[in-house]
Amino acid sequence: MTRKDQNFYLALLVPAIAVLLLFIAAPIVHSFFLSFHRIIIGLPQLKTPFVGLDNYRELLNDPVARHSFWVTIIFVGTTTFFELLIGILLALLIHHRFPGRGALRACVLIPWAIPTVVSAQMWRFLFNDAYGVINYAIFGANISHYIPWLALPPTALLSIVVADIWKTSSFAALLILAGLQVIPEELYQAAKVDGAVVWQRFLHITWPLIRPALLVALLFRTIDAFRVFDLAFVMTQGGPADATNVLQLYGYKKMFVEGWMGYGSAISVCIFIMVMVLAIAYVRMVGRRLLEASV
Amino acid sequence: MASLKLKGISKRFGDVVALSNINLPIDDGEFCVLLGPSGCGKSTLLQIVAGLTSQDEGSVFVNNQPVDHLSPRDRDVAMVFQSYALYPHMTVAQNLGFGLRMRGIHKDTIWKRITEAANLLGIHDLLKRRPRELSGGQRQRVAMGRALVRRPQLFLLDEPLSNLDAMLRINVRLELMRLHKQIQGTILYVTHDQVEAMTLGDKVVIMKAGSIHQIDRPETIYDRPADTFVASFIGSPAMNLFQGNLIRAKRGFIFQSADFSLNLQDIPLNFKENTIEIGIRPEDIEISHGSENELKAKVEIISNVGSEKYIHTRIGSATITARARKEETFLSGETISLGINPSKLHIFYNGKRI
Amino acid sequence: MMKGFPKKFLFIIGVFLAAGFSLAPFLWFVLSAFKDQTQITAIPPQWLPSFSMESFSSAVTRYGIIHYLLNSAIVAGSATMVTITLGTLAGYALARLPRRWAQIILMGILACAMFPQIAIVGPIWRFLRFMGWLNTYQGLIFPYVALTLPLAVWILTLFFREMPEELEAAALVDGCTRLGSLVRVIVPLSAPGLFTAAILSFIYAWNEFFLALLIMTDPARQTMPVGIALFQGEHTIPWGEIAAASFITTAPLIFMVLLFQRRIVTGLSAGAIKG
Repeated sequence: MTRKDQNFYLALLVPAIAVLLLFIAAPIVHSFFLSFHRIIIGLPQLKTPFVGLDNYRELLNDPVARHSFWVTIIFVGTTTFFELLIGILLALLIHHRFPGRGALRACVLIPWAIPTVVSAQMWRFLFNDAYGVINYAIFGANISHYIPWLALPPTALLSIVVADIWKTSSFAALLILAGLQVIPEELYQAAKVDGAVVWQRFLHITWPLIRPALLVALLFRTIDAFRVFDLAFVMTQGGPADATNVLQLYGYKKMFVEGWMGYGSAISVCIFIMVMVLAIAYVRMVGRRLLEASV
Repeated sequence: MASLKLKGISKRFGDVVALSNINLPIDDGEFCVLLGPSGCGKSTLLQIVAGLTSQDEGSVFVNNQPVDHLSPRDRDVAMVFQSYALYPHMTVAQNLGFGLRMRGIHKDTIWKRITEAANLLGIHDLLKRRPRELSGGQRQRVAMGRALVRRPQLFLLDEPLSNLDAMLRINVRLELMRLHKQIQGTILYVTHDQVEAMTLGDKVVIMKAGSIHQIDRPETIYDRPADTFVASFIGSPAMNLFQGNLIRAKRGFIFQSADFSLNLQDIPLNFKENTIEIGIRPEDIEISHGSENELKAKVEIISNVGSEKYIHTRIGSATITARARKEETFLSGETISLGINPSKLHIFYNGKRI
Repeated sequence: MMKGFPKKFLFIIGVFLAAGFSLAPFLWFVLSAFKDQTQITAIPPQWLPSFSMESFSSAVTRYGIIHYLLNSAIVAGSATMVTITLGTLAGYALARLPRRWAQIILMGILACAMFPQIAIVGPIWRFLRFMGWLNTYQGLIFPYVALTLPLAVWILTLFFREMPEELEAAALVDGCTRLGSLVRVIVPLSAPGLFTAAILSFIYAWNEFFLALLIMTDPARQTMPVGIALFQGEHTIPWGEIAAASFITTAPLIFMVLLFQRRIVTGLSAGAIKG
């Protein structure tokens, strides 16, 4: 390829890269910068002094932050596990050729397509403590027994976990389905002739060959789960008693509700570092070859 | 080893008839080749025998026992797929041993059988490799090894050589023949390549559009094709076929087509006057530059394949291909005469041989 | 081993469970949009709606759903168009540049998709305030472009890689410039890939909440997700109106899913396949 061609292609890249630099890369760097300052929105007269690592020190001693971290971890762990599990089952179902397969796929896509806030309102409605259909399903018309799901700490977290699983299992299913579809049908035929029964075929053929797709799904899901916000905001506002105060919600509250932009930035930097560590660990684990092959 | 019998097998896919009333007996130890153009149903038939697809009508008998209700696992057949279908995430050794592992056979037996098959096929240094590291020919051998290791009643091979290059194909074909002699297995082999069919098969089954046109030894199929399809499908270059009328003459019959006529007087034909087709193979036509023979034809194209020449000529609107020795020379546009030995003629009425 | 029957039965149950699991909660919720106030909060639940449109009319007149819809349409539509334009250029470039470079750049672009929004939103907010772009359309459109670019570029790069380079060669020989061959030959032929990227970008932008919440604080400019999240009734939660608004906002999405599910599935699984 000539120099001229190369320059042409690089020129094509410029607009997109510029936007990304300006609106993603630069803000990240700026967040780091802000986290070393003390900034209170709405009180400009207080100026914005440099405070070094003070925000981070405060963060380490902040019990709410620590609690927030654990809430998020529990959320990430449970949702990812169940979403991958349900995702595998859904993918296996959709993979089969049967009439109505397209309809099933459309059904499964709908939770993914609707806005998270709509899904959040929907689950708020379903989990309602006076007329929610979930309470009705468990306790019948016995209203006095109804559980106020969103008002009790353990069940509140459960509610947003359920809401997330409902919404994103289909995404995991699609990623796994892609992995399933590259497995040649003849491999299964050969296995059948070789004498493998259903579970043997799954264990020896399907499972090893969908592992790459599973890992991709695992990566995307984990990172997305760490960033949960919409569900917690709409369903519980982080309550009750910080039971669902996930990291991004906590950062949002600190930064935009209470106005502590410096501190909030420190929180966001921490979240960023955690997500990046995850991504790097994943790439290490899976091997650069796999990622390169897909890129 | 086992005998295989197919009785009345039919299969439809929606409106398309894939197989129609297939009857085929195969003896113990026989190498039977299913030959036909793409889409004739031969692969479907193989899948039915393996138990991967079920037929709509008819039965499959192995050793005279019906096996229709049995899953592939229980039918004790081994199959070599066109694309080999090697398990990409397993080593060659694991690929070979997979079937035995699934049946719970003891490790030591598995290992013994693997080394046996690997030695037989010359792949024992490849045992630790993975399929993606192997060449096409090596993968093909592993696929065959996987079948051998199983020691099944029946071997099913679905166009196993079609993905190999020409030279390799010839070598592997010879090896297949050698293997067959050694293990004396019952083999059902599917291909669209007539050279493979004719050299490998004890028995060749010509199929087209879901039906069997002829079942015979290779020589018989070549010398006495049962209908015009078989006649034109087997033999390269193809047999010359002409349509025309059979007219009674003073002694015997005369064949009259739009372009030429042929005296069939010496042929014993117990037949009425009718529209028939006759066929003659290029190698059965005598060529002379003079006018000794009956048919005068004009030379159009000369194909020189090295060991011989094929002369494509024209009489009126008909084209005739004849074989000539490589030393003979011809000029395009030259008029030559072709002699046809009536005893080498194939005569067909309504497509079928008479 | 007996073939068929029990396996088929389990399979059918599985299919119905999957479809029900996916649709039932949503259908139940949206049904409320067609019920009157007393029906919605009734126990035992009223399965059949009374087909009253009062929630819809209330949502439109009292809560101004239409202008939320308009804002969403403008923002998501514009962002999608910009993303597709920039994404096509970038995707094409990455498909043709040497593998090594393309890999690094793509990984960098992908990384941008993984950053937590909160790490971006603070500085962006300050920047927009500085530019006077808070509560303006462009204030939301530009960040949305940045957020949707990674996936769009990813899909388009893979897509352009599949296109044979002979096409451009033919155009060049016929007298086009490189840019000309891109615009006249490649782009028209890449409609399917572009379309897929556009659908996915649009859905993302249409559903986005976090940034919209922070950047658009003026109700006149807010998008649907913000409207739906902040729905406040006077005394009780206005479920009917929320459901009506949800129905209106998801209708185009469902329509797209039904029509384009093949493309959507291909686009989403683009990354997983090659791996």
